[in-house]
Amino acid sequence: MSGRLVLAAALSAAVLAPLVAPTYQALLMLPFMAYAVALLGLNLLFGYTGLVSFGHALFLGIGAYTGAFLTSVFKVRSMEVILVAAAALGALVAAPVGALCVRYVKIYFGMLTLAFGMVFYTFVLKFYRLTGGDEGMPFLRPALLGRSLEGLSKIDYLVGPYYYYSLAVLVLATLVMWRIVRSPFGLCLKTIRDNPTKAETLGIGVARYRWYAFVISAVYAAVGGALLGPPTGNVDPTLAYWTQSGNIVFMTLLGGFASFFGPVLGAFVFIYLQDWVMSIVPFWRLIFGAILAVIVIFAPGGLAGLLTPRPAAAPRP
Amino acid sequence: MTAHVVNLVVSGVFHASILFLVSAGLQVVFGVQKIFNLACGSFYALGAYVGVSAVAWYAEAGGPPALFILPLAIAGVAAGALGVVVERGLLRFVYDRDETFQLLLTFAVVLMMEDAIRMTWGTSPRSTAGLYLTYGGVHVLGTTVPVYNLIVIGASLAIAVLIGWLLTHTAFGCIIRASADNREMAEALGVDMRRLYAKVFTLGTALGTLGGALVIPATAAMSEMGIELIVEAFAVVVIGGLGSMRGAFVGALIVGVLRSIAISVYPELEMLLIYLIVIAVLVLRPRGLFGGAPA
Repeated sequence: MSGRLVLAAALSAAVLAPLVAPTYQALLMLPFMAYAVALLGLNLLFGYTGLVSFGHALFLGIGAYTGAFLTSVFKVRSMEVILVAAAALGALVAAPVGALCVRYVKIYFGMLTLAFGMVFYTFVLKFYRLTGGDEGMPFLRPALLGRSLEGLSKIDYLVGPYYYYSLAVLVLATLVMWRIVRSPFGLCLKTIRDNPTKAETLGIGVARYRWYAFVISAVYAAVGGALLGPPTGNVDPTLAYWTQSGNIVFMTLLGGFASFFGPVLGAFVFIYLQDWVMSIVPFWRLIFGAILAVIVIFAPGGLAGLLTPRPAAAPRP
Repeated sequence: MTAHVVNLVVSGVFHASILFLVSAGLQVVFGVQKIFNLACGSFYALGAYVGVSAVAWYAEAGGPPALFILPLAIAGVAAGALGVVVERGLLRFVYDRDETFQLLLTFAVVLMMEDAIRMTWGTSPRSTAGLYLTYGGVHVLGTTVPVYNLIVIGASLAIAVLIGWLLTHTAFGCIIRASADNREMAEALGVDMRRLYAKVFTLGTALGTLGGALVIPATAAMSEMGIELIVEAFAVVVIGGLGSMRGAFVGALIVGVLRSIAISVYPELEMLLIYLIVIAVLVLRPRGLFGGAPA
């Protein structure tokens, strides 16, 4: 019950934030919500299925570049179209990539996803006539629910309509993911994580279920990637670099991959802590590296594992 | 035409020599400790910066320019001492954990070292002014090849032979191979795993830092060079086969030379081609060209 109270409090805080919090803090909520969507998907693969992808920035990149192409090349400005297109393209790419990757587990899965991520990264970096290379591409202000909103200033747009739009997408994504992990399908994934041999003898098509999880997580990452574009108004290849893949796994671990809301918490803490650290010293990686080392060694259950009173029965991925 | 080909091959093999050193470090650690060490690239970057500082210090002390390679190589190997700190200070806590956590711990080292280097040496690129051409060039088939490149290629070959000899003809090498093969049995036969892991990880680190130090006269040291090189070394070990020294050697040659050809023929393809090969290898032959059975 207390969990629901916390959740209700967090949601109300998120709804009220643009009205009461300083604009700058409210703006930071935008990348947080985008990453939260992506991480919900990543954790279906990491926490629930036991596969750690080191190339998920590929799908963030696909989502973000889909939005950039649609708005600046094809003059499509509807955010709904962008999100659907990002999800569809994410699924389209993830279907063959996932089919190859899920044939392996553990380190080989990680390496194969890393290689695919780097293929995409080098592609957007090198084919600069198409993608703008390391300069990136503009992601023009999308229209929300058919309303163009060009009259608003950038800040008013971002902390106003776009903020609540992102929040709505996050809430919807959370509800859908909640249904997924509570469904028999989600139970099958957990069985596969804990004991693939047993899952196979129970008649679960292990590779097929892993593939489903891969595609779903890619769709989430692509939607999250598309949401990342409008706040900066520009999309560049660093979003798809392998260190970015490492960072999102880091966020998941920071929050706690064994808990449903852990990754959301991880994204929140990562974004705000990074901003705070960078306001004091420029060397945020040094401090975050140390934090990651401490978490890996002493608290593999992450923040959620530390907060829950039960000892975190961290399932091994 | 021949001049062009000679240039391509020499620059490709030069890059391959450096890649081999870093990949060899990756392989020896993976072979024994079963950890895929993402920080190998960061050690390479550290070696480069330490090399720049050592050479600058050497020049200031008035050492003869012709011998600059000595302080460079010594500094590169000495920087490998960081390995024992990382192994004893961090990695030893996670040997019994899932490999995901081990991988993430090396990623933590990557993050920390990138900024530690920025803090120590600043953010602007550092280079050893002019030393590259100290040894001049030799004329080969109508083109000039820098002698320094040939020295590094020779040194890398010598190290490859040395590692081969170490692994097959010494007691230490025998212990390494036994532990890579069957850790429990090696331990039961009295191998002190704590010391072995510390030694092996330090050896792996020193190979990386030496690679970084040797590359530095030919290029400038940048704080991102580590995270860029690790993905190339990753391609090398996947193509060659995880844990295999012969694999690191052949893989480095393939990646180094192909990359050099791609840059001159169709620059857009550069690393894209390499990663497509990596994917093809992983899909068709996951143990690589020389690796054992996939985990």
